[in-house]
Amino acid sequence: MRKNSLWLPLAGFLVYVFLYAPLLIVVAFSFNDSRLNSQWVGFTLEWYRVLLHHEAMLQAAGNSLLIALVASAVSTVLGTMAGFAMYRFRLRVLPLLVLAPIAIPEILTGVSLLLFFVLLGMTLGMVSIILSHIAFCLGFVAIVVRSRLAGMDESLTEAARDLGATPWCAFRRVTLPLIMPGVVAGALMAFTLSIDDFVITFFTAGVGASTLPLQIYTMVKTSVTPEVNAISSLLMLLTLVLILVASKLSPSALRSGA
Amino acid sequence: MSAAWRASLQRFLITGPPLVYLLLFFGIPTLIMVLASLRLPGEFGGLAPLWETGPSGTELNLSLESYGRFFSDSLYAWLFFKSFLYALVTAVACLLLAYPLALLIARSPGKRRDLLVLLVILPFWSNFLIRVYAWMIILGPESVLTRTLNALLAGLGIAPVELLFTPFAVLVGLVYVHLPFMVLPLFANLEKHDPALLDAAQDLGAGAWSRFWRVTFPLSLPGVYAGTALVFIPAFGIFAIPDLLGGTQGIMIGNVIKQQFLDTRDWPFGSVLSMVLTVGALALAGLAALFGRRTRV
Repeated sequence: MRKNSLWLPLAGFLVYVFLYAPLLIVVAFSFNDSRLNSQWVGFTLEWYRVLLHHEAMLQAAGNSLLIALVASAVSTVLGTMAGFAMYRFRLRVLPLLVLAPIAIPEILTGVSLLLFFVLLGMTLGMVSIILSHIAFCLGFVAIVVRSRLAGMDESLTEAARDLGATPWCAFRRVTLPLIMPGVVAGALMAFTLSIDDFVITFFTAGVGASTLPLQIYTMVKTSVTPEVNAISSLLMLLTLVLILVASKLSPSALRSGA
Repeated sequence: MSAAWRASLQRFLITGPPLVYLLLFFGIPTLIMVLASLRLPGEFGGLAPLWETGPSGTELNLSLESYGRFFSDSLYAWLFFKSFLYALVTAVACLLLAYPLALLIARSPGKRRDLLVLLVILPFWSNFLIRVYAWMIILGPESVLTRTLNALLAGLGIAPVELLFTPFAVLVGLVYVHLPFMVLPLFANLEKHDPALLDAAQDLGAGAWSRFWRVTFPLSLPGVYAGTALVFIPAFGIFAIPDLLGGTQGIMIGNVIKQQFLDTRDWPFGSVLSMVLTVGALALAGLAALFGRRTRV
């Protein structure tokens, strides 16, 4: 047995500190009784109280929630179909269209959708944001569902068919329940991706609608206020819960996103 | 209804909806951007009409003018080169930070390994803007880090420095945001290494240093290439990080694309820049795939 040297755990630990310290600092300052993000003064819940009366922020949060709900619902249905199709059939175009939006820099998807909507004569706003979010969430759901299908025992569906089930019935009563954890994990991922998206939303929102990330961007760009720490901490908490649930349902789901 | 006909109907019903959606909201927009890069800028921004009917009949308004502008002005080539450098330094820094971490995770026992992987992924899923914003706090002029550093520099008789709104801040942000993209493919590769190889190398007299450089590292090259591509490509086109952390010094090509579309509203030129970015990103992805394949043989 080789002796484990100490430098590896130490280096690893330092990288974890690098990953987590910035986020913990944001959370800590959200409870700090000072308008400046420079040193600890004392504990307060003031910034969370301010949030409750921040009209623009509440409006943006409502928009984000609505967008994420609609976009994740539609992209889950379409993404499950795409994942199933990619698993079952030998396709060329669909896998390319599913993977390309994930592979290229986000800004390209953002600006091409901007061109598309404007040339169609659409007013940018909630609808254009939702349509764009579905387009980039779909692929993530498809990948998760496909990997779930790949781990499934094919003979179960075949058995159902042998026992006289129609293809649709076999899918609904056998395949779908078996891949359900993957579908739900995909839906949670789509919801998280949508509620967190900044770049594509930035280009497709126009002046008509704001979302939480857009609102945070505006506030951070103009002047950093402690309310940003509070809303950031709440958003992190929400993401954390969603992602932990998704990872319980489908351990492979998270890695496909990164 | 014949079985074959039924099977192709089934295939059509399952494949059709996602295919149509992605063609409509990804395929066509991409083609529109390709076309827009060949069009003329409109009088008040945006695009000039695609065709015009004059006395000599209808003619298409297409030209390579915007491409010409891109290739004649070295400023844009310089911006691409600068973004390339930022992305390259980011990839190298991510590799240096990610390698020991990935190695540590790959050599941990099962239960702990899952936890350590989850701990790498969790910050990745928190909001991108918040992760950038956190560095605005840490590197800000009044932060503990900046003040401590400047106090130390003052002790050495060196003038105080600023950390925020510098190329350094952009690099820190880029590395921070993209680190998980490097850790995960590296870990996925290192996890599969057979420990017996290291035992064999040791039995043959290889020290720790030579075991790493002659066994572990060469075997991990596919993971290194995959991680480098996954970090490099998104870092190349990013605009929010230089926008928030870079100030006027740290502009990257993504900022200019954003500016062309939203501020200057010269869409043909913005599309040209986007096209060059697309081609660059695809070329790098292809290169990474090629390297990855060669090392696997």
